[in-house]
Amino acid sequence: MSQAEAVRQTPAARTPSMMWTFGLFRNEVLTTFRRWRTLALLGVLAAVPILVGIAVKVETGDGSSAGPGGGGPAFISQITNNGLFLVFTALAATLPFFLPMAIGVIAGDAIAGEAGTGTLRYLLVAPAGRSRLLLTKYATVMTFCLVATLVVAVSALSVGALLFPLGDLTTISGTRISFADGLGRALLIALVVAASLIGMAALGLFVSTLTNSGIAAMATTVGLLITVQILDQIPQLHALQPYFFSHYWLSFADLMRDPVYWDDLTKNLGLQALYAAVFGAAAWARFTTKDITT
Amino acid sequence: MGEPSATEPESERESEPAPHGVEGAEDSVIHTRALTKRYRGGQLAVDGLDLTVPAGSVFGFLGPNGSGKTTTIRMLMGLIEPTSGAARVLGRPMPRSSRAVLPQVGALIEGPALYGFLSGRQNLVRYDAADPTADPRTRSTRVAAALDRVGLAAAAGKKAKAYSLGMKQRLGLASALLQPRKLLVLDEPTNGLDPQGMREIRSLIRELASDGTTVFLSSHLLDEIEQVCTHAAVMAQGRLITQGPVADLAAGTRGRLVVTTPDAAEAARVLKEQGASDVVIADDRVSAEPPDRDLADLNAALVTAGVRVRGFGVERASLEDAFVALTGEGFDVAG
Repeated sequence: MSQAEAVRQTPAARTPSMMWTFGLFRNEVLTTFRRWRTLALLGVLAAVPILVGIAVKVETGDGSSAGPGGGGPAFISQITNNGLFLVFTALAATLPFFLPMAIGVIAGDAIAGEAGTGTLRYLLVAPAGRSRLLLTKYATVMTFCLVATLVVAVSALSVGALLFPLGDLTTISGTRISFADGLGRALLIALVVAASLIGMAALGLFVSTLTNSGIAAMATTVGLLITVQILDQIPQLHALQPYFFSHYWLSFADLMRDPVYWDDLTKNLGLQALYAAVFGAAAWARFTTKDITT
Repeated sequence: MGEPSATEPESERESEPAPHGVEGAEDSVIHTRALTKRYRGGQLAVDGLDLTVPAGSVFGFLGPNGSGKTTTIRMLMGLIEPTSGAARVLGRPMPRSSRAVLPQVGALIEGPALYGFLSGRQNLVRYDAADPTADPRTRSTRVAAALDRVGLAAAAGKKAKAYSLGMKQRLGLASALLQPRKLLVLDEPTNGLDPQGMREIRSLIRELASDGTTVFLSSHLLDEIEQVCTHAAVMAQGRLITQGPVADLAAGTRGRLVVTTPDAAEAARVLKEQGASDVVIADDRVSAEPPDRDLADLNAALVTAGVRVRGFGVERASLEDAFVALTGEGFDVAG
């Protein structure tokens, strides 16, 4: 741009459009998925169904059914009949730890990582606006939840289709549904799994506003996840457990009943919304009043 | 660099519209009143700062390390909430009006901060996308122009982590120049640059100032401040010690008479006789506080006394002398 042009185009002359504000979200998503770390996390998530698929294939190579009945994650014994079940198995296997860990890394690093490298101050003087930046970060983490879940589902579907037969399937309730119906339920389950991570994402983002070290925020978030997962196994804490963000995670299996059993599913989604509201508000209160000294 | 209007920055600087006498908030770009910041530890970083930066000035912000310069800059940019007092930037209160003020302000604060895994161009695109008043349709043009302006066009595709310190500094400057700005806040802009780069940055600052951009420049390089600044302020231990036009600050301390001669002892005696005080001899150099009379007479007296004079003149007080006189210290870290 020439000097003359620069003078003519004074800042006041610019008429910002509402749509421009989404440029930051687009850029944030691009930036997140440009990182090697993000790609590595997605790679690990994609590898889980491949390992499970190969393990089941090898195990049942001699014609026996997978596992002596009951062992392993949900649906694993059904995979040999229908590759689509690998999607459910893979999601059930990654939801307790791999998926939330990946979310914890991305959410924990969201603000703290930028603060640690000093890029946060330049985003804020750009000016990104604190509320706008926080919302953008949260939307990006949720986008990552969805992408991560879909990576697991798509990887599982591909491996399942490659190694096992596809076709009509039997629900938990024992009714038969068509393959297309099954595929639709698989997609719905993936969406519910992604939504199950919303609470975890809000918690991670809140932790991220507390520190200037991305590593510390990631470690704290993942540490909280492990703690809650352990506490959820202790019978004496029975009264508290319905409030743990991970308590209803595996309720997604109820989508495979016919008719669908909605009770725990709605409890799960309600709990995630509660976590998102509480920790989202806490993150906002913290971030909008924080002194940025890095 | 090398824009068409870079021809007469000097004259522009000399004939600047002299708004410094009036301390009115209306024609000042930065105006603070009793601005104070006490950190949670109880440490008083900035103590009742009354700073006025006139529009169109190149304002040098000086002070030893730990004197509160950066805290002040961060308060002006809305990054830190003041404990008490008020700050106005471009006539509007900060940090309340951040969204209206900051798009018109370019800033380089405590060195550049970049995403190492992004290229130089992608870094600028990201900072440009963060500005809600930046039109996405012209983003690539703006980014290319900013890269070109700091001489990074050729390295724009390289990952920022492969950049040298000087290149990072240039990229930081480019992000401050993405938009036409009314105010540029530059904290140590020549840090890490080679002499050629420093010259380029100085000429860039002059060029921007001649376009009417106010430049707020913090630096520990006093001769740099002296070369480019019209005004300056000095901070020490969180307090503002002085502010005003650079010429006035330097004039506060008087120049010293310096005589170069092989007959140093004799010259010193004559100078004392003629009323000069604080005479110091260093090899063939005799310096003294000149008396209040025509210095030509002193020279005549020296020659008459048979002193062989090689050089005779007044060394103008540098800003550094003024600075040391004001802060009573060098650039030691304040305790």
